[in-house]
Amino acid sequence: MADDRATAPAELEAGLRRSRGGFMARLRDILGQEVLPAEDWAEVEEALIAGDVGAALAMRVVERARPRTVQGTATEAVTRELGALLAPREPGWRLVGVARPAVVLVVGVNGTGKTTTIGKLAHRERRTGHRVVLAAADTFRAAAIEQLAAWAERAGVEMVAHAPGADPGAVVFDALDAAVARGADVVIADTAGRLHTKTNLMDELAKIRRIIDRRLPGTIPETLFVLDATTGQNGLNQAAAFHEAVGLTGIVLTKLDSTARGGIVFAIEERLGVPVRFAGLGEGIDDLVEFDPRAFLDKLFEAT
Amino acid sequence: MFDQLSDRLRHTLASLPGRGRVSEADVETAAREIRLALLEADVNFRVVKDLVTRIRERAVGAEILGSLTAGQQVVKIVHEELIAVLSTGDRTFHLQGNPAIVSLVGLQGSGKTTTAAKLARHVVRLGRRPLLVAADPYRPAAADQLEALGRSLDVPVHRAPPRTPTVEIAKGAVEAARKLPRDTIIIDTAGRLSIDETLMAEIGAIDRAVDPVETLLVVDAMTGQEAVSVAQAFAAAVPVTGLVLTKIDGDARGGAALSISAVTGIGVKFLGTGEKTDGLEVFHPDRLAGRILGMGDVMTLVERAQEAVDAEQAKKLEQKLRRAEFTLEDFLDQLQQVQKMGPLGQLVSMIPGMGGMAKEAQDAVDRGDLKRTEAIIRSMTRAERRDPSILTGSRRRRIAAGSGTSLTDVNRLVKQHAEMQKLMKQLAGRGGRGMLGGLPVGRR
Repeated sequence: MADDRATAPAELEAGLRRSRGGFMARLRDILGQEVLPAEDWAEVEEALIAGDVGAALAMRVVERARPRTVQGTATEAVTRELGALLAPREPGWRLVGVARPAVVLVVGVNGTGKTTTIGKLAHRERRTGHRVVLAAADTFRAAAIEQLAAWAERAGVEMVAHAPGADPGAVVFDALDAAVARGADVVIADTAGRLHTKTNLMDELAKIRRIIDRRLPGTIPETLFVLDATTGQNGLNQAAAFHEAVGLTGIVLTKLDSTARGGIVFAIEERLGVPVRFAGLGEGIDDLVEFDPRAFLDKLFEAT
Repeated sequence: MFDQLSDRLRHTLASLPGRGRVSEADVETAAREIRLALLEADVNFRVVKDLVTRIRERAVGAEILGSLTAGQQVVKIVHEELIAVLSTGDRTFHLQGNPAIVSLVGLQGSGKTTTAAKLARHVVRLGRRPLLVAADPYRPAAADQLEALGRSLDVPVHRAPPRTPTVEIAKGAVEAARKLPRDTIIIDTAGRLSIDETLMAEIGAIDRAVDPVETLLVVDAMTGQEAVSVAQAFAAAVPVTGLVLTKIDGDARGGAALSISAVTGIGVKFLGTGEKTDGLEVFHPDRLAGRILGMGDVMTLVERAQEAVDAEQAKKLEQKLRRAEFTLEDFLDQLQQVQKMGPLGQLVSMIPGMGGMAKEAQDAVDRGDLKRTEAIIRSMTRAERRDPSILTGSRRRRIAAGSGTSLTDVNRLVKQHAEMQKLMKQLAGRGGRGMLGGLPVGRR
């Protein structure tokens, strides 16, 4: 675990290195200067927009950073403003806390990488000596259970599943029962991807949350929203809708090894106060690192 | 309820006065808002720059037509520019060759496997006999997923033993298709990052081995600014013949498609809506243009309305809307008219100023609310329909029982109607131009 954290920034750096194009390099040049002419600030704003930060937020960040370059470089000013948007993070945070079994509910729209993330999370927990039970509560998508089963096998953890089409709430309930009976440390529940605009499916998710609360009163499940870093401005709507349905406690930003920069998380963290906890950096079982906001910010503007 | 930005855009543009010609000042005011609206819709910032420049050039000094305001004239120009971009490329779905080979490529999670199944269903309906090909050996259970979908459609799926090179899978599928025989092959390739050189070379090899007539890039409608570089990378690796824009049933505006078409000249061929295999739609540039602007698609609405709505009735409705005298009885009439016109969400999104309601309306359809609403209104007396303010608690309970719904449902409907009335009043106050008032419904 300690090893993991030490290597995290390096891995994140490796992933982010690929995501920096010429535009970011140019930005780095600009931001290195002390006093910037207006057209350069326009370019900073553009770079933020190119990184999916969003036009309105990018304008606000630049507007606030501009007068503050007196006491430092433009990089520092912009980084400070962006950093101020992020949600507070408690030191020493762990996915699995004191309560046993800890419950992790994984949610998100279709195709963001929920199942893959769960495979990686299960592996992480397993390696720290935790006993893990997966709940195959995506009973909707064809072969979702088989996909999770493959990850369970890879990670060497147990899985509770019902037949395709079964009630996802019942799967979660049974998984919790099994975890209690077997003295497991953590239950990670996969859920079907759903567009945040489908009211009935969001209600279903809220129901799963209530089942957890009822089966294990007093446990606060870690509710992770899986967000594809390639997502644009719609990411904010997504996060807000899932937050309303199940009360998010964290975000997993996946596919950060792509060219995408994931700038929408600034708007999400600012609005909802929910921090990004993990970054997904590939399809391998080890390609999940704890999210380091400092590194994310620094690397965003760093030239290759 | 309304999207803030497009609402603001509408507001700014509506405030631009003037008759005659669009002034430079008008355009400057509009350009800022247009830029914001396009960026908010995830249109690539470079594409936005080009578009705004073009719009500026066209708009300054443009003649303001008929009863339009300067703002509306500018919007018309923006709308036309977006349609022009979205109309690029060959948008016909080709199925030449025996077997006709269709290959799907894209990033992880964009929806290739689901789209493969939807395309299989689509070609079956064209009278063809497809073979689905599982060419994703990397994602666990990807082949199982395709097989399950194939089974549900009664379409065979070609699979190969583990560790078969994907080029061999594709070649084997062509042979299998000739033997079976099947006349169309749909290859579901693995999702890959556009910067993964090995895997990008792999789809190039598949392409050279079987030479598909269609290589469709599957793009998630929620994609942000990176859409362009992703598409460029795929187009460099394989000859991409068209786009499939997926997950368009969400509330993403889909600026990614506009960006890709603008930069690469590749056109959108299909839209993916929903997870079921029947969720594949033919693409209409005008509708997506309206969606990107969040301004509705006036012309399509007019056409549809003209097909379905009796002109006299429309005229009466328009007047009622203007006077904000829209009763629940009218609402019931409208429900029946609307059902003739097609998917409600789509329809509502076409009404200028109602873009934000599309989601709610479609949700309502999804939940079966429309039928419930009809039942509730039918359980009311005529007097109640005309004046919902007389609906006391006991009346509401009676209606709930009579319609087989709950008190909450009845309350919700009454509240919605009241909100609608309020909205109508506001719109009527603005001269009704924001809504149906601007439409030539029933006048042609």
